Amino acid sequence: MPTHPASPLERLTDDDLDAIARELDAIGDAVRADLGEPDAAYIRRVIALQRALEASARILLFVTRSRSAAVGGAALLTTAKILDNLAIGHNVMHGQWDWMRDPQIHSTTWEWDAPSTAASWKHSHNYQHHTYTNIVGKDRDLGYSAIRVHPDQPWHPVYLLQPLYGIALALIFEWAIAIYDMELDAVRDGRKTASQAKSELRAFARKAARQLAKDYVLFPAVSGRRARRTLLANLSANVLRSAWTHTIVFMGHLPEEAETFPEQQLEGESRGGWYVRQLLGSCNLDGRRPFHLMTGHLSFQIEHHLFPDVACHRYPEIAPRVRAVCERYDLPYASGPLGRQYRSVAKKILRYALP
Amino acid sequence: MRRIAHRGWPQRRLLDVASLLTTPLAPDDFLGLVNPLWSNRQLAGRVVDVRQETSDSATIVIRPGAGWRGHRAGQHVTLGIAVDGVRHQRSYSLTSPPRGVDGHISIAVKAVRDGLVSTHLVRRTAPGSIVFLGQAAGGFVLPEPPPERLLFVTAGSGVTPVMGMLRTLARSGALHDAVLVHVDRQPSSVMFAGELRRHAGRRTLRLHEHHTAQDGRPSAAEILQRVPDWTERETWACGPSALLDDLQTRFDEAGVAARLRVERFHPAVAPGAHDAEGGTVTFTRSGVTVDVDGTTTLLAAGEAAGALLPSGCRAGICRTCVGSLRAGLVRDVRTGQVSGGAGDVIQTCVSVAAGAVAIDL
Ligand code: FES
Repeated sequence: MPTHPASPLERLTDDDLDAIARELDAIGDAVRADLGEPDAAYIRRVIALQRALEASARILLFVTRSRSAAVGGAALLTTAKILDNLAIGHNVMHGQWDWMRDPQIHSTTWEWDAPSTAASWKHSHNYQHHTYTNIVGKDRDLGYSAIRVHPDQPWHPVYLLQPLYGIALALIFEWAIAIYDMELDAVRDGRKTASQAKSELRAFARKAARQLAKDYVLFPAVSGRRARRTLLANLSANVLRSAWTHTIVFMGHLPEEAETFPEQQLEGESRGGWYVRQLLGSCNLDGRRPFHLMTGHLSFQIEHHLFPDVACHRYPEIAPRVRAVCERYDLPYASGPLGRQYRSVAKKILRYALP
Repeated sequence: MRRIAHRGWPQRRLLDVASLLTTPLAPDDFLGLVNPLWSNRQLAGRVVDVRQETSDSATIVIRPGAGWRGHRAGQHVTLGIAVDGVRHQRSYSLTSPPRGVDGHISIAVKAVRDGLVSTHLVRRTAPGSIVFLGQAAGGFVLPEPPPERLLFVTAGSGVTPVMGMLRTLARSGALHDAVLVHVDRQPSSVMFAGELRRHAGRRTLRLHEHHTAQDGRPSAAEILQRVPDWTERETWACGPSALLDDLQTRFDEAGVAARLRVERFHPAVAPGAHDAEGGTVTFTRSGVTVDVDGTTTLLAAGEAAGALLPSGCRAGICRTCVGSLRAGLVRDVRTGQVSGGAGDVIQTCVSVAAGAVAIDL
């Protein structure tokens, strides 16, 4: 698959790439060296906020009778679940707060309120996606295989339905990635042993059972006569969380500006090459602080891909410096409001549904 | 919340059931937010008092949270505290008798030069601060019932576990015939000096002080000379290794080795203060030991030596390669920073050894 003809990777010399690597390393190192108590306080605050929201949502759903209070409870629960997924889980599991050496807020111990087990997800996301970002055929995040988003993906009649099942996928996204993360097809081509797959499946089944029991059996059960209402509130919170996460994930790498790469790109790729690939494959979303918080700062997808282990709330402050590097080397820096990016991705999905 | 603190089985049952509703978190994760002392998963304590002992040392009185299982005099506790957002852990001897006033425990800390944690504890810790605790540990304890005739040999902050023992003995009226030989720089640097001298005044304790600023470092022979009947006493000694080794030799020669119990102080190494390059790396689970230089990553070195180690990106991005240190310091190749210590989790693909390292992989 040929690289986009105008890809800056064709134009930059090895010296350019080294210089870019040095500049970006310096940006990352400066933040890492500056981390301290205010940063620790930030993540503790977000965790406390998330737990407070979740507890109030559950209490609200439990004690109130009115329908509007139930809607409020569901909204709080949705917010709590989004924070758990994006603002906390995703970032903690990237090791962004490992420097605190707090065993409770550590990439090796964190577990989130989603069906994917932390272990499977860290492998497929932290390793595969962040190493092979936007390499067609290697980055398993790319369109999640089921969706055709690139002219070089061979067309098949099922893609005609992708606008439809694309929506369905968004609604059950958390379950889709849980199953997808285990990469069971890797057993067939020998990249994974059967026993490893089996133990991952077991861990998933255990976790999924607890997740399902909590939201769809136990909380409704303790709600007594309002069981159905609680169940619906929990279901809607889970579905909305899935849809939101799906949106943020798709907007980060699929808008039209985002470049994809052939596998050859990996051969002898320098650190600078890796940086530039991350840059070209990611898109930012414009917005204000609450919006960034709700995306887990994945609205700074570019900064996140350059520095996946740097505490996410520092991305806004380093963004201008990254942008300046891009300008100096005439590299694109893709960014846009959510609505526009959404239209761009939707257009792609519709376009590539057809041959 | 003493009631929650002493969780009996009904409470534990209740928490087990509640955990089905809080999965994947534990009810503790919510309780701990309201009051860190309620968490059972992460034992915490609240500092209730900081008392100056000498110009550079202080006693820190802590109210331990739920789950503290008590201690015996002479034991130590691992204390974790965040300095600039980074948690550091150190071990300190407990100076309070078991089941002290209000269930409080205390440690005494001497601020050592360049000691990040000790200076933080002595100079910048205020009542109300939260610290993290392990359970009390260590076999440097008095038997039950305590022997009649005792000898303690301590140097510097080695007096802290002995202070815990003396206070426990005094409280139960069992302090009759004890001798303490204490080595310190000068009279003003002796911790608990007032309390020790009071005991000495009441004749329950014979106190000999050695001041090195004036008389130099004493040998074990010089110390034991002060106590003619030392071979007939049960002895507890705590201080620098050289002194303890010397004592051990003396006791061996006199054929009373069994009467001596020692507690060694491992001086904490301030991270970054270490400039060793490379060293012997032991992968404890794989059973592989290999000598490495200061540039080969632990991952590469271990693999070359035949250890099967987890890895992914090999560039510090994915954190597949993490392992927990048993001992030693490592240097991060990306930042050049040295850090480590037992229990610290490191990425083997971007770490090189700074001295001998043991890692749980
Ligand atoms: S192998 Fe990926 S962080 Fe070490």
